[in-house]
Amino acid sequence: MTTSQTPPSTDPTGAGPVPSDLQDERLIASQGIGGWASATWDRVRSGDLGSLPVVVGLVLIWGVFYALNPLFLSSRNLVNLTVQMVPIGVIAIGVVLVLLLGQIDLSVGSMSGLAGAVVAVLFVNQGLNIWVAIAAALVVGVATGLVYGMLFNRFGVPSFVITLAGLLVLLGLQIRTLGTDGTINLPFESGLVQFASQQFLPAALAYVLAVAVPAVYLLTRLNTDRRRSAAGLSAQPLATVALRAGLLTVLLLAATYVLNRDRGVSYMVVLFVVLVVVMDLVIRRTRWGRSVLAIGGNVEAARRAGINVKRVYLTVFTLCSTFAALGGVLAAGRLASANQSSGGADTNLNAIAAAVIGGTSLFGGRGSAYSALLGILVIFSISNGLALLSVSSDVRFVVTGAVLLLAVVIDSLSRRSRVAHGRA
Amino acid sequence: MSTTTTLAPVLSMTGVSKRFGAVQALKDIDFDVAAGEVVALVGDNGAGKSTLVKTIAGVYSPDGGRIVFDGSPVTITSPSQAQALGIATVFQDLALCDNLDVVGNLFLGNEVLRKRALDEVTMEQESWRLLRELSAKIPSVRIPVASLSGGQRQTVAIARSLLGAPKVVMLDEPTAALGVAQTAEVLNLVERLREKGLGVILISHNMSDVMAVADRVAVLRLGLNNGVFRVADTNSQEIIAAITGATTNAVTARAARRAPQEEQS
Ligand SMILES: Nc1ncnc2c1ncn2[C@@H]1O[C@H](COP(=O)(O)OP(=O)(O)O)[C@@H](O)[C@H]1O
Ligand SMILES: [Mg+2]
Repeated sequence: MTTSQTPPSTDPTGAGPVPSDLQDERLIASQGIGGWASATWDRVRSGDLGSLPVVVGLVLIWGVFYALNPLFLSSRNLVNLTVQMVPIGVIAIGVVLVLLLGQIDLSVGSMSGLAGAVVAVLFVNQGLNIWVAIAAALVVGVATGLVYGMLFNRFGVPSFVITLAGLLVLLGLQIRTLGTDGTINLPFESGLVQFASQQFLPAALAYVLAVAVPAVYLLTRLNTDRRRSAAGLSAQPLATVALRAGLLTVLLLAATYVLNRDRGVSYMVVLFVVLVVVMDLVIRRTRWGRSVLAIGGNVEAARRAGINVKRVYLTVFTLCSTFAALGGVLAAGRLASANQSSGGADTNLNAIAAAVIGGTSLFGGRGSAYSALLGILVIFSISNGLALLSVSSDVRFVVTGAVLLLAVVIDSLSRRSRVAHGRA
Repeated sequence: MSTTTTLAPVLSMTGVSKRFGAVQALKDIDFDVAAGEVVALVGDNGAGKSTLVKTIAGVYSPDGGRIVFDGSPVTITSPSQAQALGIATVFQDLALCDNLDVVGNLFLGNEVLRKRALDEVTMEQESWRLLRELSAKIPSVRIPVASLSGGQRQTVAIARSLLGAPKVVMLDEPTAALGVAQTAEVLNLVERLREKGLGVILISHNMSDVMAVADRVAVLRLGLNNGVFRVADTNSQEIIAAITGATTNAVTARAARRAPQEEQS
């Protein structure tokens, strides 16, 4: 059979050859900002929601709490909010990773509690250097994750069972580590406590960063577009790229301005955001990240593609536990203490809920590191807002639970819609 | 039923068996393919064709038997090892990741890197080159493969197998989901692979396709070898008889019934 070779197609406007990825005549042309907007709208309608629901939800939540108590959006309260959310936000980054694989870690809460206990005991009771104590806590996290990964690979036990068992074991270890004291207070002058609660970016530096980050984004985008054009592929219209960079600048400058009117941007918040950005790049731009997404999408296909599936499981469980341990260390620093209930109560569920509310699918293969940031903002906005209204914790649990349920329902519905629209 | 090929086999297996619980899916299978040769593997549903392919591809490990690849005996224990040897496979159940786009699927496990990061530009460019070469009709390589039609998914799976210069390509019912034009494209492609000196193993239920492109036809029946035929010296009836295990069978009976009717009309 001979297909009539389409003549070298040209742009209707006569501006030159059409990029090789836009030559198919069935492609609906979407050019310029209008095209970008309509393409985004089509994606949303077909169930590819991305982070849209959580952003809309966040705006609503902030609006409601502001209406009920204007103090909610005061600089002072927003600085508190950013600092409060970081430890569990860091834990949520690890949860995003396991969810991307289609697995779960139910023990991140007690992992963080144990890590806090290890830091406190080694630093306060044993008098070790704080860095040594932190390193030891992280090593405990790494070891726990390695054990999970090996159990999962060796016996194929579902991860929720392994980590449920792990939850109890780690809780036991946490109580044993703390010993008879039950509570260990970290000295206020120690570096960890200072870092986690007292140190803020100089105002000027924060503004510089708020401009520099979008600039870096703009430059990398332009560089990519140049390479795409050189390779004969379509590049994003300059206007779209500039618009996005502009929006990002406005957003960051506004946030910096508001936070700087009080204490400013905490170093711990910077650490959290850097971790999110780095993990996002690792997931989207590295071979390992691609393997994670592939396994979450179709583990058999990944295996047949020659991916070392077991190694990926091992590294992801390890990273998740390590992020949980780091979150526990930061929590101990922020509260200047470690006790038997550290990492207990709702830590576990908040971390998992943050990842899901932020838009990472429970079904695997879909999501992004940014959902840790967005999800934790939602959860802590709710609990912070309710606390401002002097609502007791029973209501807080119910509301957070309802939001989580809503997020899971949206996840399931959008998955169904994606199937119907051929984007599953 | 021994057939002597003039060419040295690039892949040959002797006495290969595979058992799933109570099912003996393959028993003492001998099979070989030479460089620049197309061998069709035929047999009824459940004859063990896919199992044989997966055994060669490292998905299943055989219970017994010997596999010689490129002159040296090998034990293929994993899909990545099969790929490293130069065995590319298009599985019947395509094994694509629905959540990844076409580029992601094409290069899965073989990603192109640039400064240690994925080189999406080069991979996308290469994807278009490869898909054009196969005359594939895929509107965009940046949409998740879930949104492609069966034939388009098949094309992606075939294109995938051709990355990385394999020596043997196995296609498990590659045309089952395809339209007329795409089937012809796949058969053209099979011939091009043969011209390039690759060994091709083609599984198909379509006798006219098999007779059109294959050099030899190996028949499996209930997990056993049931004859190897040179296409030049045989005809469809003979092969169908070997597949069904009888000279008179449903297929010939049907043909016999139809013949007088056609004369009447
Ligand atoms: N993973 C498996 N587990 C158990 N039985 C299997 C498996 N794969 C194939 N079989 C059995 O092996 C036999 C051969 O199957 P298969 O190779 O798929 O046949 P074909 O591709 O020729 O139609 C069938 O009886 C099938 O039920
Ligand atoms: Mg089959």
